[in-house]
Amino acid sequence: MKTLIFRTAAPFITALMLLFSVFVLLRGHNDPGGGFIGGLIAVAAFAVQGIAFGVPVVRRALYFHPMAIAGCGLLMAAFSGVLSYAFAVPYLSGLWAAPSLFGVTVDVSTVMTFDIGVYLVVVGAITSIALSLEDREDG
Amino acid sequence: MAGEPYQVDRAQAMIASPIASADWLIVVPVVLPIICGALLLMFRHRMRIHAFIALAALALMTGANALMLRRVLADGPFSMTMGGWLPPFGISFTADVLGVSFALVGSAVAWICCLYSLCDIDRTGRRYGFYAFLMLMMAGVNGAFLTGDIFNLYVWFEVFLISSFGLLILGSEKAQIDGAVKYAILNLVATTLFLIATGYLYGTFGTLNMADLARKVGGVSETAPLMTLSALYLLAFSMKAAAFPVNFWLPASYHTPRIVTAALFGGLLTKIGIYALLRSMILIFPVERAAYSMPIAIVAGATMILGALGALAQSDLRRMVGFLVISGVGVMLSGLALGSEGGLAGMAFYALNSMVVMTALYVLAGTMRVAGAGFSLQELGGLYRARPLLAAIAFLLILAAAGLPPASGLWPKIVLVKASIGEGAGWLAASILVSGFLTTMALGRVFLLAFWRPANVSLPVVAVPSLPLAVLLLLLLPVLLVGLYPEPVIAMSVSAARGLLDPSAYIQAVFPQGGG
Repeated sequence: MKTLIFRTAAPFITALMLLFSVFVLLRGHNDPGGGFIGGLIAVAAFAVQGIAFGVPVVRRALYFHPMAIAGCGLLMAAFSGVLSYAFAVPYLSGLWAAPSLFGVTVDVSTVMTFDIGVYLVVVGAITSIALSLEDREDG
Repeated sequence: MAGEPYQVDRAQAMIASPIASADWLIVVPVVLPIICGALLLMFRHRMRIHAFIALAALALMTGANALMLRRVLADGPFSMTMGGWLPPFGISFTADVLGVSFALVGSAVAWICCLYSLCDIDRTGRRYGFYAFLMLMMAGVNGAFLTGDIFNLYVWFEVFLISSFGLLILGSEKAQIDGAVKYAILNLVATTLFLIATGYLYGTFGTLNMADLARKVGGVSETAPLMTLSALYLLAFSMKAAAFPVNFWLPASYHTPRIVTAALFGGLLTKIGIYALLRSMILIFPVERAAYSMPIAIVAGATMILGALGALAQSDLRRMVGFLVISGVGVMLSGLALGSEGGLAGMAFYALNSMVVMTALYVLAGTMRVAGAGFSLQELGGLYRARPLLAAIAFLLILAAAGLPPASGLWPKIVLVKASIGEGAGWLAASILVSGFLTTMALGRVFLLAFWRPANVSLPVVAVPSLPLAVLLLLLLPVLLVGLYPEPVIAMSVSAARGLLDPSAYIQAVFPQGGG
């Protein structure tokens, strides 16, 4: 789309939306949000970038093929359940650790890695669909 | 969350005791294909490794299912509830003889199909992700057979359905898209009905765990709308299984995809409908099933006769096998109509037999196309002289599909006919025999036209690659072995039927303390 205003604003919108998607992903543990909705926001960001600058630009920026991102997410989600095996708890049990980084305690858990996996699956799968639809429109 | 200021009593909601390593076997057939599917998605362009990863994963899944079958036959059902939440709040996976035997035969058949795919799926098919879709579909299939939660069953239905869309349109031909649209819309209607029924069920019982439902259903039978609920499930799962008035999606779509995809679908997917019918109608709604016995019997009779007649009318091999799949579904449903131990055992046995035989028939059709000129009976001919080994295999498979000795198809039919005469439903027994006769005629026609009739045009002499023949022999081996020595499989089917009719062991596996 050759609108000067949109082309100027698009990178800022995309960057903001991506940042917001990560925020929604991480707050999702105790508040509304999570991997699925965060992933959708990220897809919207890539779609905006695609409308402004064309699909090849987005594909270059992503570097990995969207389906590979989805596969990576699926792998991450599956393995966050497999970790339970080592602790003799059922598959997909939430396991927590609170490592201290420079005096700041950070809660990390398999619940979070699972949610990041969901985020990546949604980003990969829906970006793949969105980009091929936008591709058709151009060609 | 760690470091919370207040303390809660976790023993009320969480499983405290450690989980035995052996119980982990139950997630292997589901998690392994998901992990392999994810890897295949990530290495989409390394097409050489796809088939080997898929073959290895399917072999491991078959092994895990075999180990589980040995355990459930020896010690009875076992269960694992995900996330450490106590059932019925956590999602349970429960392995019993019925589910595990279906999962075992399904995985083994998928492994053999994967072997056949080496000569059926080209580079384009691999790039479009045939093996990734295959892995994800098998995750859905195994999940459906092993889950002990009815909403989770819906989720696995969706998983294998979406993967099967991907498999159907591999190649993007016009006929495939046309078939896929019909398949997709009608299956989505069925899953929507399933979802509506499940919402209704949850509203009535407040639980979705099948073992929990099985023990609670007796207490509310006076007030709950159980007839409506069971009718909805009956309709939804019959649509999945392709029973007579709602079977039109199957002949409209199963002849379009690659032959290996059709073989997988014909072998596995309708049987998931049959399995879900067994689970819901026998485990949860036994009283309502008895009330619907006559309509189910009529549907069963109509499905088997009309399916066989449809097969008789077709001249395209793939369409004909599609109708034979439907006819087999009718025979299985007659077991559900009877509801006795013999009927259910025959139904389970027939479903296991049909997984192998229907897959073999599709592979046979694919091999005949390579050996002859196409799928059409009008063009095929002279195969008996040109391909004696193929003719011998085809003859034995025809016996297996028609339910004649020495193949395994004979025994489940005997069990079902005996059970229906025992229940006083002589006409059902007669329709099973008539449909077997019609199937023999339909397949005899294939043998007559494609094999015995001299070739009317000089066929291009193509060497049949040895892989399809090896795959056919591999599928024929269990058919003949079980045909000659059926006792272990009959005993297994009877044990599966007993587990459904008396669910106390199943409930005990999910609720060891009887609490919840």
